[in-house]
Order: sequence, then C-alpha cells, then structure tokens
Amino acid sequence: MIASTPAFFISFDSLKDLFVNLIQSLGFGESFGWVAFLLAGISISFLIINVMVMATAFYTWFERRMIGRFQVRRGPNRNGPFGIFQPFADVLKLIMKEDTIPDAADKPVFTLAPIALLAPTLMIMIVIPFGTYLRDDALLSNLNIGILFIVGVTSVNSIAIFMAGWGSRNKYAILGSMRGAAMLISYEIPMALGITSVLLLSGSLAMTQIVQSQSIWFILVMPMGFFVFMAASTAEMSRTPFDQIEAESELGSGYNTEYSGIKFAVLFLAEFMAPIVTAAIVTTLFLGGSQGFDFLPGGIWFAIKMFVLIFLLLWVRSTWPRLRIDQIMGFAWKVLFGLGLFNIFLVAVEFMVAVELGHTKDDGSLTTEYMLIMAAVNWMVTIIAFVILANFVGKKKYHRPEPTASPLANMGIGGD
Amino acid sequence: MSLTTESFAIQLAFWVLSFCTVISAIAVVQIQDLFRSALFLIVTFLGIAGLFVLLGAEFLAGVQLMVYVGAISVLIIFAILMTRDLEEGNPSHSFRIPVAIVAILFMLFSIYAITVGTNWDSRLISETLNQEQQTEAGKIFFADSIPNLANLLLTDFVLAFELVSVLLLAAAVGALALVRNR
Repeated sequence: MIASTPAFFISFDSLKDLFVNLIQSLGFGESFGWVAFLLAGISISFLIINVMVMATAFYTWFERRMIGRFQVRRGPNRNGPFGIFQPFADVLKLIMKEDTIPDAADKPVFTLAPIALLAPTLMIMIVIPFGTYLRDDALLSNLNIGILFIVGVTSVNSIAIFMAGWGSRNKYAILGSMRGAAMLISYEIPMALGITSVLLLSGSLAMTQIVQSQSIWFILVMPMGFFVFMAASTAEMSRTPFDQIEAESELGSGYNTEYSGIKFAVLFLAEFMAPIVTAAIVTTLFLGGSQGFDFLPGGIWFAIKMFVLIFLLLWVRSTWPRLRIDQIMGFAWKVLFGLGLFNIFLVAVEFMVAVELGHTKDDGSLTTEYMLIMAAVNWMVTIIAFVILANFVGKKKYHRPEPTASPLANMGIGGD
Repeated sequence: MSLTTESFAIQLAFWVLSFCTVISAIAVVQIQDLFRSALFLIVTFLGIAGLFVLLGAEFLAGVQLMVYVGAISVLIIFAILMTRDLEEGNPSHSFRIPVAIVAILFMLFSIYAITVGTNWDSRLISETLNQEQQTEAGKIFFADSIPNLANLLLTDFVLAFELVSVLLLAAAVGALALVRNR
C-alpha cells in the first residue's frame, strides 16, 4: 500500500477535525466540541443519504435498460442520452401525483412505514469499509460488531413491511406482508450461517478486520458459504426468484398496494437500494473489500467488485422463473439451512486441522498456503455437493395427486 | 478532541434514549390498539439496544437488535394479526393493580439482589490489583469484549448456555405438539 497520498477520502474523523478547527477559529472554546461532533455526524449522514439516493436512481435506470436487453426490448430510452434521465422523470411524476391515504388506514403507521423501510438500508452503509489508500476505514464508524450490526439492522425490515401491510388495511397488502415476514425470518438463518463461516476464518466481527484477514478472498476459500449467502440475501431483498411480498400476479402489488405519490417513491427507493447495499456487504465478506492492485485506489476496486455483483444479481433476477411460496420455504429450510451448517462444519474442521498442524500465523489467522489448500478442497466438496443435490435429492418431486378433469370441463362432449 | 467534550454528546444521547425508552414503555401498556403497542414495544427494544451501546456492551446491543427486534417482535405481531377484536384491547379485570404491584416488587427485588450480590470484578480482574490497575484491566477487557464473552460462555457458563438451547428445543417440541393434528 502507498503511504502518502492525497486525502480525497472523507471520513467522520477528518470532518470532525475540520469542524473542531472551524469552531476554535471562530473563538469558541473546548467546551463546544460536542457541536463539532454533531455537525460532523450530520454532514456525513447527509453525504451518505444523497450519494445512496443518486446511486439508486441511476441503478434503477441501469436495471431497467439491462432487463430490457435480456428480454429483447429497448427499455427506457427517451429522456436524455440512452434514457439516463428517466429516474428523474419518474421521481418528478411520483412527487406530483396526489398522495392518497385510505380512509380506513392506520395513518401514523401507514406514514411511518416507508421511512422505517428506508432507514435500516441506509444505516448499513455507515459500517461498510469502502477503503482508502491507507486503511480500510468505514465511512462513519469502524464498529467492533460491524457484521452483527448489519444483521440486526436488516431484521427491522420485516417490521417495516408489516407496518406497511397492516397500516393499509387492505387484505392483499396484509397477505403480502405476512408472506414477506415469514420469508424474511426464514432466510435470515441461512444468511447468518453464511456469515458465521466467514467469521470463523476472520476471527472478528469488525468489517475492517474481515477485509484484512482475506489474504485469499473468501469466495475462493468457501464457495459454498458464498452461494448460501447470495441466495439468502436475494431472498431477503425479495427480488424475482423469491418475490412473494410484491407478487403482482396474485396480490395486486403486495404490501405497497395502497401507496401512491412520494410514499410509494420512498418504498421503491428502499427496494432498489437493497441490491446496492447487498453487493457492498458481499464485497466486504467474500471479495476482499477494497483489496486490489496498487494502480487504482481501494475505493475504486470496491466499486468495481460491487458493480460485478450488482450485475450478477440483476442477471439472476431477469432470467430465473419465480418460485411458489412453499418452494421458497422448502428451499430455505431443506437446502440452504443444510448447506450452511455443512459449510460451517467443513470450515471449522479445516481450521482445527490447521491449528493442529501449525499452519497459523502469530495472531491466530491461517497462512496463505493453507488457505489455498482449503480453497482446492472446498471447491471440490462444493461441486460434489451441488451435483448430488441437483441430481439425486432434487429429483424427488412433490407427490401430487394426478390431475382429474372437472366434470364441467367436457360438458359438451360426453354429457347429455 | 478531549474526552469531556465528547462526553456531553454521550450524556445527551443517554437522556434522549432513556426518555424514548420510558415513554414508549408506558405507551406499550396504555395504548388500546394492540398493533401500535407492539410497535412501541419495538421502540423500547431499540432504546435498550442504544443504552447497551452507551454501556460499552456492543455485542449485547447487536444481539438485542437481532433477537428482540428482529425475531420476538415479529412473532408478537404475527400473533396480533391472528387475533380478532383488536381495537378493544384487553378487558380490564380487578386483579390488574395487585398483579402489577407484585410484578414490580419482584422485578425490583431481583434487580437489587443481582446488583448487590454479584462481585462485578472478580471474574475479569484478580483482586490483588489496586483501583487504577483494575480500571486499566477493565478497559482492556471491554475494548474487545466479544472473545472474552465467548470464552466465559463456553467455559465457566457452558452448562447454562447449553441448558438454554435445550429449553428452546423443548419450547419448539411443545409448540409442535400443540398444533399437531390428532
């Protein structure tokens, strides 16, 4: 890593120092330090919110264009070059629309639900280590419990979806949110199992430590954990293979049926921000965060990896068919849960073997050579496990009764 | 940046968090609408998580978020959605005040017994150290409390730790037995 570089990277600490100097130059004493503390916090939050909202706006455009490509049509291409101003047109349209609240709705709950859905998604970004030249700093705070914070904060989402569904007093909305909550709770378990296998090797919950411990990217060391985590987080976002919350074909529009205007825009924003945030988490956990070659700064590497992951998620969304709710729950409990536990077992046994054979460094982490051996073994095990799952376990179909024709169906042929 | 200036922000955070926690805890029991009182319960849980952070117990705060906000509240809300006659709330009964007093007294007594009865330092810090050394050792312990917590849970308190899992298993089996088709 390069030692002295321009400090283009803004962090909480640098902003705090800036405000401390500003306050002191204005003639206030030490006792006003808490003002600097608050100002730095507010300005960095302002920055995160705006960057994330703009990124999401362009992401919606990218996703719609790409899905257009996948489905052999054009996608939005009217506003600006390649239709890049489409998100602004959408937002303007939504803001100018009437913001209706149903008469029967529980008004405070109905109004708070979009905020409760958006806030956790934004809060995750404060612990993501985007990386600098010098160290892998997070934007706002290098929490000791980084990944636990992420899991805890994401779990608020299911409550926000409940609030939206219940506040609307609409049966489709309640059905959508109940399905959604059942699904979100189920998929939190494989997600946590995927994270646990990472934590076994990193030995810390802090996001910066997780990045630093990846001398070999964890996607290479434990592909099965990566698969489990990606599948579970796709379900947590409730995107297409798993979209039961917003099942347009059967539930109207699910939990957001009654929303319109700016509130719908906020729900939409939270929904489209989720892939970006998920890509950031996966980059940190499995793709070595801001690691890369020295000719580009770490933040750029982070962004490149995020973009690849976002494209992967988009690819899955646009090409895979939807699952039914029973298939979704079965997949969580029968497949992902088992694979996650198996992966933890595998990694733990390999870790213990490494400790026995003395392949650890001074600080208790594994040596790079041993991680390469682990990678080879784990890839083979993963491929074998997937082949067995797909060809033997997956072949057992659900036993359903043979469909019998309704007596009404052939009234004209065999009847009287 | 001196410590005193930051501690004002921490003081402010403490008072705001405590105020929110207490107000929403009162709202949980006073509001008629069951769904709203469940939402206020979630606010209470969030406030308690914040208080844990201020105490330096970040791991507990994370677990509080994950378990209480993410799992238990959702179960409570599920149960509420399955219930009829939500608007009326609980019917009041004559035992309400006595039961509340007994519960409060029991809570106060157990909190008092635990705070007074526990020797807070003995597990972390040997008693031969003087006050300053103990404070230093405590700072080192709490700077990275998760490995130490894990060690304690899987060595000294392993029996309690495993018993809790068995308790959860028993609860799951009991629930299955209740809903099973006879």
